[in-house]
Amino acid sequence: MSKKVGAPEALIVDGKRLDGRSPNEFRPINIEIGTLKRANGSAEFRFGNTYALAGVMGPRPFHPKALQDPQRSIVRVNYAMAPFSTKERSKPGKSRRSTEISKVINEALANVIFAEDYPRTGIDLFLVILQADASTRCAALNAASLALADAGVPIRDLVVSCSVGKVDGTLILDVAGLEDNFGDVDMAVATIANQDKIVLLQMDGIITKEEFMTLIDMAKKGCGQIYDMMKAKLYEKYVATPAEEGA
Amino acid sequence: MEQAMLLAKERQLVVPGEVLAKGFEWLPSAGCYRANNEIRAKQLGLVRIKERFIGVIPLAGVYVPRPGDGVIGVVNDIQPTFWIVDINSPYDSILQLGEAVGEYVDTTKTDISVYYDIGDVIYAKVMAVSRSKSVQLTMNDYRAKKLIGGRLMHITPSKVPRLIGREGSMIELIKNKTGCQIIVGQNGVVWLKGEKEALAAKAVLTIEAEAHTEGLTDRITKLLEEGV
Repeated sequence: MSKKVGAPEALIVDGKRLDGRSPNEFRPINIEIGTLKRANGSAEFRFGNTYALAGVMGPRPFHPKALQDPQRSIVRVNYAMAPFSTKERSKPGKSRRSTEISKVINEALANVIFAEDYPRTGIDLFLVILQADASTRCAALNAASLALADAGVPIRDLVVSCSVGKVDGTLILDVAGLEDNFGDVDMAVATIANQDKIVLLQMDGIITKEEFMTLIDMAKKGCGQIYDMMKAKLYEKYVATPAEEGA
Repeated sequence: MEQAMLLAKERQLVVPGEVLAKGFEWLPSAGCYRANNEIRAKQLGLVRIKERFIGVIPLAGVYVPRPGDGVIGVVNDIQPTFWIVDINSPYDSILQLGEAVGEYVDTTKTDISVYYDIGDVIYAKVMAVSRSKSVQLTMNDYRAKKLIGGRLMHITPSKVPRLIGREGSMIELIKNKTGCQIIVGQNGVVWLKGEKEALAAKAVLTIEAEAHTEGLTDRITKLLEEGV
């Protein structure tokens, strides 16, 4: 098998991955809610070295007025990678990739947002990747659903997302760094909470049906874990504030 | 059939998607939705149970006008026979000339800015809200007036009941301790005027930050007494 330029000898050694994780293990996950003061709601979500920051503006008046929907709110998602987020400077502004990711994230979130509660308005979601180390769309989607909850936008449930993949013939959870560049398969999955409802599924690479089904199961379990963390963090924002002694 | 069950307690903090009750004994109120036989929260907030109705009081969110609300607004624009008022909501509201002025006005001869000009702050009542949320205000209410001087503050609209307190106890407390005039709009806009504005403002911000906690009145009393 021919190796790509710059590829490491092996991506998995003695059952451990390059960063020392076992195949079924997440990178350290870090969540912060309410990081932006001027947005209606905001959150930061980190998978190891992948940092995603989300800000929600709205529901707010939608312009141009001719495009308002008299029955529902229009959700606009803007996913962008900061120029300094990658090793090579990435050109700021829209790209083919960012337009696509904005669209799939919007469609995933459209399943949970009660848009009909705010007719004629717009809800703007700004997602910025501050540091990219694979699984950026998953981190962005997690940050987005937390920011929506923080903004008080009515949603059915939190959307949670994680990536799974296949490197050196092993199925892994939470694809990172070189595994993304030199692995065989990379798949992003998002579910509604820990339910059996998939709202985003993207994959590249070649895989058998059995492996695919195993990966989906792994992703669902992973999403369940992330969901618990996200929920705990949302409670924490309000319980950890001062003077709970009276309660 | 599955047993009807109430899973949430009064004033419990819930996140969107959390199951509050099972079975058809209960009905979803504001902040909740029904998914098959479950009632789930759709906003982050505190549970409120009233008889068969389960609701969630959100801890964040924008103001959606409802008829009968008293709101504080800023006049944004003047048209020949109406004003457009910003009421701290995604929806602009309209104040018609007839709803604002008690006398006959010949619009061909008068510029209606003599009544309310751009930038004026008014306390008005929401008269009507259409299905597509076009909002009409009225000054035809004993509380409605133009607010002159003072300062405006913004708090989360869902926290207004906490700021007012039971039968106005909290707002009376601030008024008595600071000697300020205070008017609170249902839209989360607070108007303050008086010598100790800064202290009153501090109290308002504290209530905003700690609205979901208990024993708040005692802490506000302490804050206001220390500030004197």
